[in-house]
Amino acid sequence: MKIHIPTPLRSYTSGLETVSVPGATVDAVFQQLTITYPELKQHLFTPEGKLRSFVNVYLNDDDIRYLESKQGTAVNDTDELTIIPSIAGGIICNEVGSISQ
Amino acid sequence: MNGPTKDKKMPTAIEEIALPKLSNEEIARYSRHLILPEVGMEGQQKLKAAKVLCIGTGGLGAPLAMYLAAAGVGTIGLVDFDTVDASNLQRQIIHSTATVGKLKVDSAEIMLKGLNPFLNVVKHNTMLTSANALEILKDYDVIADGTDNFQTRYLVNDACVLLNKPNAYGSIFRFEGQASVFGTKEGPCYRCLYPEPPPPGLVPSCAEGGVLGILPGLVGVIQATETIKLILGIGEPLIGRLLLVDALGMSFRTLKLRKNPECPVCGPNPTVTELIDYDQFCGVAPPSKVGPLEVARDKAVGDHPVVDGVPQITVEELKRKLDAKEEIFVLDVREPHEYPIANLGAPLIPVGSIEGRIGELVAQKNSEVIVHCRSGARSQKAALILKQAGFTNVSNLAGGILAWADKIDPSMPKY
Repeated sequence: MKIHIPTPLRSYTSGLETVSVPGATVDAVFQQLTITYPELKQHLFTPEGKLRSFVNVYLNDDDIRYLESKQGTAVNDTDELTIIPSIAGGIICNEVGSISQ
Repeated sequence: MNGPTKDKKMPTAIEEIALPKLSNEEIARYSRHLILPEVGMEGQQKLKAAKVLCIGTGGLGAPLAMYLAAAGVGTIGLVDFDTVDASNLQRQIIHSTATVGKLKVDSAEIMLKGLNPFLNVVKHNTMLTSANALEILKDYDVIADGTDNFQTRYLVNDACVLLNKPNAYGSIFRFEGQASVFGTKEGPCYRCLYPEPPPPGLVPSCAEGGVLGILPGLVGVIQATETIKLILGIGEPLIGRLLLVDALGMSFRTLKLRKNPECPVCGPNPTVTELIDYDQFCGVAPPSKVGPLEVARDKAVGDHPVVDGVPQITVEELKRKLDAKEEIFVLDVREPHEYPIANLGAPLIPVGSIEGRIGELVAQKNSEVIVHCRSGARSQKAALILKQAGFTNVSNLAGGILAWADKIDPSMPKY
């Protein structure tokens, strides 16, 4: 299935905006995704393997946290996953800062 | 009409007060609104009665405040503590070349009053903090959050929920934007979407920052649109929806947001019932009272001779060493695209690649290595990585290439 990678994480997917990953459930897809792109792992999951609280994952238009089976939800090839991390401005970095963007 | 009640949202609140009359000049000015049935005379009067607080007068706040001023919003509050810098003008169109160096709130007022002299501008030349936020926000009908940092983002969110004020939210990163309306009674808040901020170490590095100048324009105008809709009570505001804007693909998507029943602020059993310490919550050092924010945030050090075991060397000292042809190895740890803007001729390994490319530097393990970047922040991180890898004599160039341009080579551009 297709996974949309947000700009801040594209440096860990060789710049790719979308990647195709096989898998029968959201979990399986993520497992495959982080095997293909190991650097993504620490940005998406805690060391205990829990999805980080500042990262949201949508299966099509729905937040997976609110799906009945959550990360265990079955998916097919035409579904799309979108990763949406919290973003804060062009000055997300710590080098320059002001209150406004 | 019912008497005003605290929990009514914006549009109703405006209906319930005696709406101000429009002068003939105002009627002429707003004629294209007045002939639009969805706005009309009553809508324009609601706009005149409305008080909107723009938090930040930067990339998002600039078009936001300008369109609100043009539309006839009666009172616009501006919160900013910064001064206008030339590098702001690539996107912050509320400021101009002539106002570089001025306080942003003063510069913005000049532009807004020039656009619409009927406007009442309230300037809050201060950093929004837990101590002043409720006091500042309480007088406004709609809050428009255009901040760039997580501390202020969560502060504004929590204050809006506590005060029951709608928050027209926008955020940008490089080519991507998000917008939504938070803080309404029926809808989710920012914490429902993101219960916690990312730890500082995991946000992309400086070099990955940057923003396409028009993107905040796009997103700021969406915030302005939502604000106007909230005031007029028309259309479907982005309550419970997150708009994703991708400027490169020019695609717009909306995703469903839900109110989190366990939300610590807006849930039925809130644990956050007053404003907290947001610097601590976001795991960052509180901004220093002296010196620019970036120094405080980043610990980009100037005067401390040794920081975390890394000696800090001045640009004057580096110049002396270079002139004296001392045996030193200077390493630039910025990104490749920064090199053509300005450089000291040093070999380049971006800070994010140092660990992987440490083999290339093995010959320098016992040399005097001086690491530099733009301001001295990334190079401090790089120096620590090198030290950890066993390099015995690593210093950081304090102030980086910016200091070099200031003190050694005034012909060098600063970016």
